[in-house]
Amino acid sequence: MATHLTAANVRPRHKRVLPGLSLSLGTSLLFISLILLLPMTGLVMQTMDMGWERYWQVITDERVVASYKVTLWAAALASIFNGFFGLLLAWVLVRYEFPGRRILDALVDLPFALPTAVAGITLATLYAQNGWYGDVLESLGIKVAYTPWGIVLAMAFTSIPFVVRTVQPVLEELSPEEEEAGMTLGASDWSVFRRVIFPALWPALMTGIALSFTRSLGEFGAVIFIAGNMPYVSEITSLMIFISLQEFDFAAASAIASVVLMASLVLLFAINIWQARYLRRLHGR
Amino acid sequence: MSATKSAPGQRHTLRVGDNPIVKWLLISVTLFLTVILLVVPLISIFQLAFMEGVAHYFSSLMEADTLHAVGLTLLVAALTVPINLVFGVMLAWAVTRFEFRGRKVLMTLMDIPFAVSPVVAGLLYLLLYGNNGWIGAWLYDHDIQLMFAWPGIVMVTVFVTCPFVARELIPLMQQQGREDEEAAVILGASGWQLFRRVTLPNIKWALIYGVILTNARAVGEFGAVAVVSGNIRGETNTLPLLVQAQYEDYQAAAAFASASLLAMLALVTLLFKAFVEWRQERSLNIESDKERKAVA
Repeated sequence: MATHLTAANVRPRHKRVLPGLSLSLGTSLLFISLILLLPMTGLVMQTMDMGWERYWQVITDERVVASYKVTLWAAALASIFNGFFGLLLAWVLVRYEFPGRRILDALVDLPFALPTAVAGITLATLYAQNGWYGDVLESLGIKVAYTPWGIVLAMAFTSIPFVVRTVQPVLEELSPEEEEAGMTLGASDWSVFRRVIFPALWPALMTGIALSFTRSLGEFGAVIFIAGNMPYVSEITSLMIFISLQEFDFAAASAIASVVLMASLVLLFAINIWQARYLRRLHGR
Repeated sequence: MSATKSAPGQRHTLRVGDNPIVKWLLISVTLFLTVILLVVPLISIFQLAFMEGVAHYFSSLMEADTLHAVGLTLLVAALTVPINLVFGVMLAWAVTRFEFRGRKVLMTLMDIPFAVSPVVAGLLYLLLYGNNGWIGAWLYDHDIQLMFAWPGIVMVTVFVTCPFVARELIPLMQQQGREDEEAAVILGASGWQLFRRVTLPNIKWALIYGVILTNARAVGEFGAVAVVSGNIRGETNTLPLLVQAQYEDYQAAAAFASASLLAMLALVTLLFKAFVEWRQERSLNIESDKERKAVA
């Protein structure tokens, strides 16, 4: 064994020493091509077949456009809510010790662990007229289930963990010096938070909100049970694809799906580029 | 007044939000919202499952359709998890142990299933492997049916859950670096020995957690499976699809009984996550203790 341990073997750090590049990269590429890229060709072919005019007609249909609006609005409201709630949760989990903190930390991931259909029927039952929450809200004159607010609620529920889990690590690593300097100089909590802590947190906060928004745009299982699915009012875009499929209108389903797919890919690339940028800035300092 | 325990360094200067009024106000608002948004819904699943009594609960779970759905769901998970385990480890190894052109692109591609709506995911597979798709038509001629049957369910589930293992492994493996493995290779370890003796012990807990997450999502996937399953009760219904079917048939108690099985799995997943995090924290502490002793 000792013969292998010559200086020549140890020194060159950038030379490839580890085995398995072709095996691991080959498997990954094959897998991604088969699982991910190949199925996309079907969508491309289907939409190419239908011709531009028909394609445009399908994706600008009044009912479909109404579904874009509802989906975008609901996803935006849900992710803004999660921006606030997620920041609060992350803050409380990182900064304070209190009984039940560990349980709270574990509970945050419940929306990821709970199947969306289960979340959907549960929220629908709770917020329906004779449900626990629906009863109370009814007496206040508020209706959530089977209205667009139900969509917001379901989207907010399923994407709670994103903001918490992106902000939490940044908050944990925040160095206390600047904050303490501000405090000793007699600045108020709020102004130190606004001037020192928030600027450090907001890239992570924005990433979390963007992830939550992307997830909400695509959410299906949790939403359809509580939305009521009224045409022009509370139909989400994923449901429009689903309905077209049930009518065996593959062309229409593909056209709408291509819009959704492009929107989510643009969002995904934007988030990745943005994250890479602020990570570089963070480490550059 | 000394501050509450804040930073790990145990500083005694006041930090933002250390004022007890602010602190307890924030904690109570958070707990209130968490109870309303998360805890009550979780409890109500079980309450609704038992609303027609314990006997009804168990009899609806023992129905043939339910048992079949449980079986199918387990089959889907049992096939999906190993596939994505192998893929996840391979991908994580490739992107954390080597530098190559297109590495970033590969990592972004891997994230696509997270960003794509599950309904779109199901549609992609239906278009390709359905009877009208270019592969599906050929399969149809050879009497192979993938869509509206269990293989299709497995395929879309693999798609939807493929990033989980890699996502758990990549940050950890990046952080751990390549030194241990490079040393092992120089000492003459073979590829498999290297993986089993050096890499695997280091990534064990993250790997198990990735598997647990994959499993949770595989068991609970709804949108993508709904598109390709064809919804034949007692044949291609997974547990989440059965929940929907029962709920829409106004069999609420039965729907929540099936849902309670999925909710229990979710709770086990959360418990396991807490356990894994505790283990990782402990092993990190042990390591830093060792380092401190070595320095001293």
